[in-house]
Amino acid sequence: MALNDMGPPDLKRAERRTRLFMIFLGLVFLATFLTILDWNLLERYGPRFLRGVGVTFKLVLISVGIGSAVALPVALARLSANRLVNNLALGYITFFRGTPLLAQLFLVYYGTGQFREAMEAVNLWWFFRDPFFCAALTFTLNTTAYQAEILRGAIQSVPKGQWEAGHALGLSRAVTFLKVILPQAYIIALRPLGNELILMIKGSAVASVVTVFDIMGTTRLAFSRSFDFQVYLWAAVLYLFIVETIRIAWSFIERRLTRHLRVSRS
Amino acid sequence: MNAKSLILAAAVALGTTAAAHAEWTTVRIGTEGAYPPFNYVDSDGQLRGFDLDIARALCEQMNVTCEFVAQDWDGIIPGLVAGRYDAIIASMSITPERLEQVDFSDKYYQTPARFAARRGSDITDTSPEAMAGRVIGAQSSTVSANFLEDIYTSSEIRLYATQDEANLDLAAGRLDAVFADSIVLYEWLEKTDDGSCCEFVGDAYADEEYFGTGVGIALRKEDDDLREMFNAALAEILANGTYERINAEYFPFSIY
Repeated sequence: MALNDMGPPDLKRAERRTRLFMIFLGLVFLATFLTILDWNLLERYGPRFLRGVGVTFKLVLISVGIGSAVALPVALARLSANRLVNNLALGYITFFRGTPLLAQLFLVYYGTGQFREAMEAVNLWWFFRDPFFCAALTFTLNTTAYQAEILRGAIQSVPKGQWEAGHALGLSRAVTFLKVILPQAYIIALRPLGNELILMIKGSAVASVVTVFDIMGTTRLAFSRSFDFQVYLWAAVLYLFIVETIRIAWSFIERRLTRHLRVSRS
Repeated sequence: MNAKSLILAAAVALGTTAAAHAEWTTVRIGTEGAYPPFNYVDSDGQLRGFDLDIARALCEQMNVTCEFVAQDWDGIIPGLVAGRYDAIIASMSITPERLEQVDFSDKYYQTPARFAARRGSDITDTSPEAMAGRVIGAQSSTVSANFLEDIYTSSEIRLYATQDEANLDLAAGRLDAVFADSIVLYEWLEKTDDGSCCEFVGDAYADEEYFGTGVGIALRKEDDDLREMFNAALAEILANGTYERINAEYFPFSIY
């Protein structure tokens, strides 16, 4: 983005042409979509789809929100010189990044179902009884692992000189980290964190297999009654719309937050 | 091979499949394979069950070769319509909703649906009023699920891909009750260890609007000839005692 804004004029024109073409494609798609749209079906399942969107949002906001808070300590643990702490964090991240989200969800959902008595004994069954909570927990654990790895990489890619500059100014290591390193690391991590949010929105569709009526769950329900494949098209359009909105918003936020970098470069 | 001979070859290939269809020497049958005792995959990976035995008897009667295709329940009707197989023999109830998509043979069995709950639960009345606020599980795309969705509007309905998963959650205590075909539940409650957790509650349901007019073989609407063949074969195995023999292998009472 930042580079294109400064590109030569003909490059800009090419980009404008591409954008016009994309808008044209979008309009053609929309027109096709509207002509095949079954309004009866929409009337019957539309409100449920909206509720499904709400459930998907709740799932993603809870998991990505909590995940972003927990990811920092996990990333720090990965950078720790203490081998036990470091290995624990490494084990956690390796497991959750190395296994399918669907498998993790089944493990939490049907796994805890097998240990109901034990769960009741420690008064946790009310939590694991609910499929939504199981999905939210699994997604949180999963996205925390990814976000921690993104943060670790970002922190490590801040130039060493920044640490040395802080030291030269007489700042303590903690202050240098919080005020100098971390803000720069977050700017580096911004793009991959946005990607993680988008991946989570799409990944959250697996919640439907443990009976959660998110967008995908609602789609499957509507399909099971109507056998009309267009409900899957609705789901695709809904996901696409949400993901594109977030992508554009994220891109805007990123441009705002990095404007000082662009000014200094020109 | 030039373009012309390629087209010729394609035309010949098309011609032979069309001819095969007209005579029905091979019939591909779709089934779920996750619905014991009617259809399931045994430890050898073989499809077995009442549906399969009936299907084999019918194929023998019709003098055709049958190939079986396992297909997840949610996609079983679209798979038939798309031509992945020619008939569904998978304990599918004949309902008005499904008749909009596919045709059915005559029924080959008919059983009511029932609720099951954990032993010692306080559920005795299974009316929609009494079940209000309770969590009920069912398999999605089934007559039981549709019935719950429409009638038990003040209960929380959870839908599962297979009946086994719903049963598992009833045993685990995530569900207050499951609702399914009585024979399928009977098989689980009486013949498995997991099933000992639970028991039948309430009445049997057979409301024709939802549960249809029995279980039939689903076929594409254009395959009238195949439907006639299945109906004739069905009448024959009912008359000659084959059906009775298969029935007795599975159930001590007639399910026709």
